[in-house]
Parts: sequence; C-alpha cells; structure tokens
Amino acid sequence: MPDEIPRVPIALRVNGKRYALEVEPRLLLVDFLRRELRLTGTHVGCDTTYCGACTVLLNGVSVKSCTALAVQADQSEVLTVEGLEQDGRLHPLQQAFADHHGLQCGYCTPGMLLSAYQLLAKSPNPSEAEMRKGIAGNTCRCTGYQNIFKAIRAAAAQMRGR
Amino acid sequence: MPAKRNIRARKPAARKAPRPKLEEAAQWVGKPLPRKEEGRLVRGKGKFVDDYELPGMLHLWLVRSPYGHARVTHIDVSQAEAQPGVVCTLTGPEVAKLVRPFLEIGPEPGAKIVDYPMGVDKVRYQGEPVAAVVAETALAAADAAELVRVDYEPLPAVVDPEDALRDATLLHESAGTNVVWQGEFDYGDVDKAFQQAAHIVHIDRLHFHRFTSAPLEPNAVIAQWDPGEDFITFWCNNSFPAFAIQFLALALGIRIDQMRVQTYDIGGSFGIKITNYPYMALCALASRKAGGRPVKWIETRTDHMTASAHGNERVFRSTRVALDTSGRILAIESRHIDDCGAYPRYEPLGCIIWAQVLPGAYRFRNYRVRFTQVTTNKCPVGPNRGYSRMQHLWFLERVVDICAHALGIPADEMRRRNYIRADEFPYTTPNGCVYDSGDYARMLALAQERIGWDDWKEKQRRARAEGRLVGIGIGTTLDSGTNNFGQSRLLNPNAPFSGQSGVAIVKLGIDGNISVSLGSVPQGQGHETTSAQVVADVLNVTPELVSVRPGFDTERNAHTGHSGTYASQFAVTGLSAAHGAAQKLKAEMKRLAVFALNAKEDKLEFGMGAQGPEVRVRGSDKAIPYWGLANLVNVNNAVLPAKLQDVTLNCRYVYRPPFRLPDLKRKYGNLTLTYSAQLHIAVIEVDRDTYVPRILDYAVVDDCGRVVNPLIVEGQVHGATAHGIGAALLETCSYDENGNLRNATFSDYVPITSVNMPTLRTGHLESPSPFTFNGAKGMGEGGGAPLHAISAALQDALYAQGVIIDDSHNNASSLFHLLERTRAGRAAQIVRVESRAAAARR
Repeated sequence: MPDEIPRVPIALRVNGKRYALEVEPRLLLVDFLRRELRLTGTHVGCDTTYCGACTVLLNGVSVKSCTALAVQADQSEVLTVEGLEQDGRLHPLQQAFADHHGLQCGYCTPGMLLSAYQLLAKSPNPSEAEMRKGIAGNTCRCTGYQNIFKAIRAAAAQMRGR
Repeated sequence: MPAKRNIRARKPAARKAPRPKLEEAAQWVGKPLPRKEEGRLVRGKGKFVDDYELPGMLHLWLVRSPYGHARVTHIDVSQAEAQPGVVCTLTGPEVAKLVRPFLEIGPEPGAKIVDYPMGVDKVRYQGEPVAAVVAETALAAADAAELVRVDYEPLPAVVDPEDALRDATLLHESAGTNVVWQGEFDYGDVDKAFQQAAHIVHIDRLHFHRFTSAPLEPNAVIAQWDPGEDFITFWCNNSFPAFAIQFLALALGIRIDQMRVQTYDIGGSFGIKITNYPYMALCALASRKAGGRPVKWIETRTDHMTASAHGNERVFRSTRVALDTSGRILAIESRHIDDCGAYPRYEPLGCIIWAQVLPGAYRFRNYRVRFTQVTTNKCPVGPNRGYSRMQHLWFLERVVDICAHALGIPADEMRRRNYIRADEFPYTTPNGCVYDSGDYARMLALAQERIGWDDWKEKQRRARAEGRLVGIGIGTTLDSGTNNFGQSRLLNPNAPFSGQSGVAIVKLGIDGNISVSLGSVPQGQGHETTSAQVVADVLNVTPELVSVRPGFDTERNAHTGHSGTYASQFAVTGLSAAHGAAQKLKAEMKRLAVFALNAKEDKLEFGMGAQGPEVRVRGSDKAIPYWGLANLVNVNNAVLPAKLQDVTLNCRYVYRPPFRLPDLKRKYGNLTLTYSAQLHIAVIEVDRDTYVPRILDYAVVDDCGRVVNPLIVEGQVHGATAHGIGAALLETCSYDENGNLRNATFSDYVPITSVNMPTLRTGHLESPSPFTFNGAKGMGEGGGAPLHAISAALQDALYAQGVIIDDSHNNASSLFHLLERTRAGRAAQIVRVESRAAAARR
C-alpha cells in the first residue's frame, strides 16, 4: 500500500453550485457528497446498489452514488435532495411526501424523491406499473410503499397542472 | 401584582401563532395531522448518526470472523498498527480484560454464558468481531484492518435448533449445554380435554423461519470517553437506551450517570437496534484508548445482515390438538424450541413474551407447552418487530388452519367458531392476561367484505376447474402492547425488573413556548406529532405551538429504566406521560392565573387570544397570555406569593400502568395492557410450471382502539404488512451447515420492493381500550399477520395436492420441493387426524 495516494482534481456542479476539489481516485461519489461537501441528505443503506438511499441525479440521470466514483462526476451536474427546494419552497414531490405521510424514518426519502423526480421527468402521468418500476431500485423499510405511490400520484397531478 | 396590560406590553415581537377559534382547537387527537417530522426529513436535513462530524473524530473498523464456529488461536495487530493514520487497535483478549461480561437476564444454565462485546478465545457466529482498528479516516481503518492477522481453528458448527438440543457441539463450554432456558407451561386440564375430544389432530413439525426487519440505516455509534471527567457521551441509534445503559454500566464498570446517551433521527429499528450496545461498548473503549477522541463506527450492510440481530427462529414439535365434533378447539399440546443464535442478549425474554398472546384470538382454555431455547452458531437474535408473539401466533394460525382443512370446515367458519366473542371482553386468558377489547368476528366480516370473499370463492372454483392453484387465506393476529416486565420473573424469579413506565416533561419556557421532552426513541413512528396533538388538546393550543424535542437524551431526564421504543406502547406509555405532564402544567398555570387575574379557578378557560394562547376569565376581558405566566415564574418572580413558590412550569410526569407481579408458581398474571388486532386475507396463485407464488389480492383490517392520528396508524399498518409479506415470500436468513450466511447482502436477501408489494385494501375498526386514558392501544409491531395469511392461502391453494404448509417462509423453490416431497409420499406424516366418534357422543 503506497503511503501517499495521489489525488485527482475534479470540477463539477452540485445543486447549481460549482466545486473544484482534489479527491482520492477511490472516493465514492456518495462519500464525496457527504464528507467533502457535507451534503448529508444522501444516505448509504446497502453498499451493493440495491436500496437506492444514495440515489442522486448525475447529468439528469438517476445513479446510485454508492456505486459511482467521485472522479466519474468530473465535469458533471449533480442534483441531490438538498437541491430540490427552490427559494424556500418545497418541490411538489417533497410537499406531497410530507402531506401523504410518504415517509416514516426518512432514511430512504432523499433517494426515493430523486428516483421519483426522474420518473416524473420522463413520464409526467405514470401508469401504476411505470410508477412501481420507477422506484423499484429504492428500498423503503417503513411505509410498505402505499403512501409513496399516493404521494407520487399527487405530485404528478400537481406538476401537470402547473 | 402586575396588571394584565403590563404583561401584554412585554410580549416578544416575533410571535406568529395561527389563531384558530377555540372550538377548532378543541380536539387534535384523532385528526390525520401530517407529521411535524416531515419538514426536516423531506429536505434531507434529518440528523442520523453518520451525519455527525465531531472535532478530532476517529473511525473504527471491525475485523470479523469468517467462520460460524472457530477457536481463535492467535491475533497479530502489529502490521495494522504500523499503518499511516492508525491510532490504536483492540482485540478480543484485550477487551476481555477491560470489561466485565454483559449481564445475562435468565437463570442458569443461560446465566453461565459469558458474553463479551468481542469474541475472545472463540467465535460463535459468522461476523463476530475479533479485533478493531481505529484510524483517522474510515478508509484508513478499513485498509489497516485487512492487515490484522487472525489464526482460527475451525470447529464443527451447529445451526439447527433441534441439533443444538443434543449438545453434541457446544457453543458455550461455560454453560455446559446449548440450552439457555426451558420451562413447562400448563393451563386448564389438557389431559381431560384430550379424553373428551371428538378429533385429535397431530402436527409433527412446524417451523418459523429466521428473518430480520433490516432497518435501512445500519447500526451506528459515536462514543467519546472524556478522560478528565471519566464520562462517556454516546451519539447512537440504540432504540432502548434505558436498557443499554444498565448493561453498559455493569460491563464498563462505571455508574449510569457517567454516561450520556443521545439519539436524533433513526433510520428504522423495528427492535433490531435494541441489541447494538456491544458496539457502543467497543467505541467507548476505543475512545478511551485513543485519549478521549470521539470514535465513530458505522456498520456496513453486510455486517448488519451477518452480525447485528435477526428475529427468533422457532420449531413447533409434536403438536396435538383436541377438537369437539363441531371443530371447536378444546386443547393444544406442543413442544417449542426457540433458536436465539450465538448469545442470548435480550433473551431469554422471548421464552415468555409469546405468552402475552397465549390463546391468540381463540377461546380454548387448555394449553400445555414445553418451551426450550437454545443457542446455535448464527447471528444473535434481537426483539424484531412482532417479537416472540408473531412466532406463536403464526403457530396458532397454522394449527387452526390445518385443523379446518383436516376436518373439512371452511377457514372462515372455523375461525368464527373459535374466536373469543365480542361480548367476552375484557377477556381473561388461561394464563391470566386480560385482553382489553376487540371484535375479531367483525374484523373477519369486514376483511371479507373488503376482499370480496364470495366473489373470490367463485373465481377460485373456476380457476381450480382449469387446474390452477389458487388459495385464499386468513391471518388473525394480535399486537400486544405495553408489556409488564414482571413477566421476566417467570423466567428468572430473581430478575430485578417489573412493571412499565413512560416519562414526559412538558414545560412552559421562559418566553412562554410549550416544549415537550419524551422518554421514547422514535424511528419514524411520529412521536413528535402525536404527543403534540395530546398536549395541544390539554392546553388548548394548536400542535404547531407545541415543540417536541426530537430523539432521546438522558440529559433531559425524561426517562426511567424502561424508556425506549419497543413493545407497541408509545400510544399508551408515551402519550399517557405527555398527557399527565401537560395536565400537571395546566394545574400550575391555573394556580398562577388565579393569582394573576384575581379570579376563581372554575371561571378560568384556556384558549387562543389576540396575543397567542392565554388563560382568561370566562365572561370578562381579563386574560393573561401563557408567556405572561412564564414570565411570573422565570424572570419576574419577586411578585410571587409564598404559596406559589413551588410552581416551576416544568412538569415531569411518570405514567405507570397498573401492573402487578405475576404468580410465579402458576405462571399466571397480566403480562400486557393492550391488545390491538389485525386481520388479513390474502389471495395467492402458485404458478403450475414455475411454482412462483403471486399475490392476486390482499385485504388488511386493523383495530388499535381509539386512533390518535389516522395517517400515522395507517402508515404503521402498511409498514408491518410489507415486513410480513416480505418475510413470508422473500426474506429469510439462510445459513449453510457451517454457519455461513448465504444471503448477507440486500441483493441476495431481497427486501421487498415496490414491484412485489401488492396494493392493499384496508379496513378499520375501533374498539377503544378501557384501560388507557384515551382508549388508544399500541400498534406499531403489527403482529406479523401476512405470515399467517400467506401460509394459509398457500395451504388453501395446495391442500388438494396433499401439501401441508409447515414453514413460514415459502418461495418458488421451497414450494417446488414441498410438492416433490408430497408426490414422493414423504409429507404424509406431517399431519394425522384421529377421530373418535364414540368419545364425542359421551
């Protein structure tokens, strides 16, 4: 094991804000967000790309940030849960999750919101099957998904109405 | 005495209180109020343990046993210690010198088990820690941990509880046996009931499988052992800290007041995080060795699955059921073997907790069981959601269901004949528990209505005519809540626990704001919201005006030795405490207002005024705002008369349910205060070619007495249902014969997802509890009804094939093997019916 691990410079935008840092090549994107940028809304639940608690959008596409390296996000645009609220107003998905009790412990919620965000970006009026598939990569151990479905439907309706 | 106007003039400027009319503010309990917790959580601003960064913080990484059972012959940490960034290490032998073994709750032989937070000379389950590396970063600690050299001498493993009974392979030489606890429970006159039976059904073996509710946030601890003060601060996600501190104090050789335990947001526990205290001990020891720097440990998912806690596995052996001619159960006799894994820890409490629901939802009065708990080379168990009652209730539902099929009685009719009747509540069970309220037959009728029972029966008939395997199954379950720790005496007469308690502090702060501190450790159950509803009702304000401290903190002094979140009890213990504390505060406020307003107490009313909440004199314009009362006590108290000098406006209340010690000789007494119920109906089809079971329809009816917040109750029902469906069809902790866990990642364990969770048809009944101040009952655990309903539905689908569903976990592979076994004629002995018409006529 080398004493000094060479660091690699990366530059990216996270939630609209520019960052230029040097990171260890092996640093995971999720650890970069949580430890380097202190954006702790993105959580780690499983380490094997199953649970989706770490889901963020990388250039508009949902990725599990526990399975991406920070260096892979170089020159990219990242959206995390902290970037959903705009001008002190919750995103309709955040509001709908709160209104419909679409969360309990809240640990899966940030990743769930970003998967739902991508789902509605692709399909503003998702069918039941599309919705289930859209969040199939996000495990929730509390809600049994019922209220998450309700919340996504409500947010979709509201976003279509805008 | 200050005049009303003067007090108003001192009002703080930034008070933005909503001003509902008094009538609107009257009843917050019962409303589907969105949770106070959501705001921070949907923003990603919750505070979980791993979110904390403390100055000088170090990171701990564990070296764990790859073997299920092995002797540890040598550990060498020198290479790891030489790595850059490594501060110190710990090994099992070193830990054994620094701490005393954890307390064992049970009597001998279990009490002779020696349990350290690390394996010392032996490891007894895969994943048991043997060494720890503490370094400046988690990655440096993980890198160095790979250089720790551990020599093992593998030993034969015992993973089957019935094998463990034979003691051929011993886990704990100090105990001399794998048996932790055993005892006989005998109620009524079982022998006479069998003599009088028209039918006796024999069921050779049933098996409740091992699974975990696997909270999404793994275990996590930060500990700082301040060397100057000799004081340990824990930031953690332990869900029963009052239990943990009692265990830790004895192990670490310190006083309880030398520890501070804090939790904030917790990413689920479901009981699993009750037993993470060994890791709290390790982080504390590491911090002390590192000179008092804080040490953080975050469990990986694989380590969580192998080495945190699983639910209890149980085998039900040689069951005999006595029934009369009409299928009424007269008696059950059985032998139960519970598997607690490598160390008892919270056990052997599971050996008695099941007895809270001894007859389930049924009227039989004669019951005899020999209950034995053993250790095996598997992960230690913890009180997983539905703890111990779920296993027993699944057993009873299998018994009822198998008897119904064996005697040709329709499943719903069988239950109606055997249910405790609505007019029998409060119902005293054969072992002295008092079921508070309920109406199981009505729940069944409601669930049948929700699922469209007759319609499904017709569809099933048509499907069967086509050769399809469609089954409809009923699962009746109970969620007993607010336990009487006195039941521990039935296991160990010397156990120093009994009763139960909940604590809350309700305070009118210096500025007149209402704040609440609770002794609970919420992990998503919405305690901030429901306690605010209760307090808002007492003080006649809106819940937004009640701020509830998130999480748990021993420094708030809002705890007793029972404090935590477990055993379906917050709606009773937590809310009764919040209610009691709010009432105490209200009484003090009244005394102050009598003085400040020079009015009679019976003329006072609490409500919203122009300046926020106030106490006013009915029929006059005399009023004093809450902040005015707070002002009198906190910053303006020279005006107070002597008779008000005891008023603090900081009111602590301890709620204690009216429990007594059970009768140890008869094993008789009330073990829990409330009994919520759930009734599920599942319709399942087993694919004829692939054997994949698929849920076609699903109905859930719950009854948890008066509902404090329908949104939260519904969420708990959904969640418990998902856990049960996941456990019944997907989730199992599968060990090979060497004690290797075969599915230690989520990718292999496959927790239930949005694509395999059915849409639920829900129904709801309210049978208020006569034993609680507001009629509410605890209900979070749910009772595992999907396991019962799905087993029953699979039984219904496959009974004609000669299959007996004898396991609580079924998937395509196990159903295939079950059918193969049946076809080979090897399943015939599982169930045998002995009918004695002559006996029935007598």
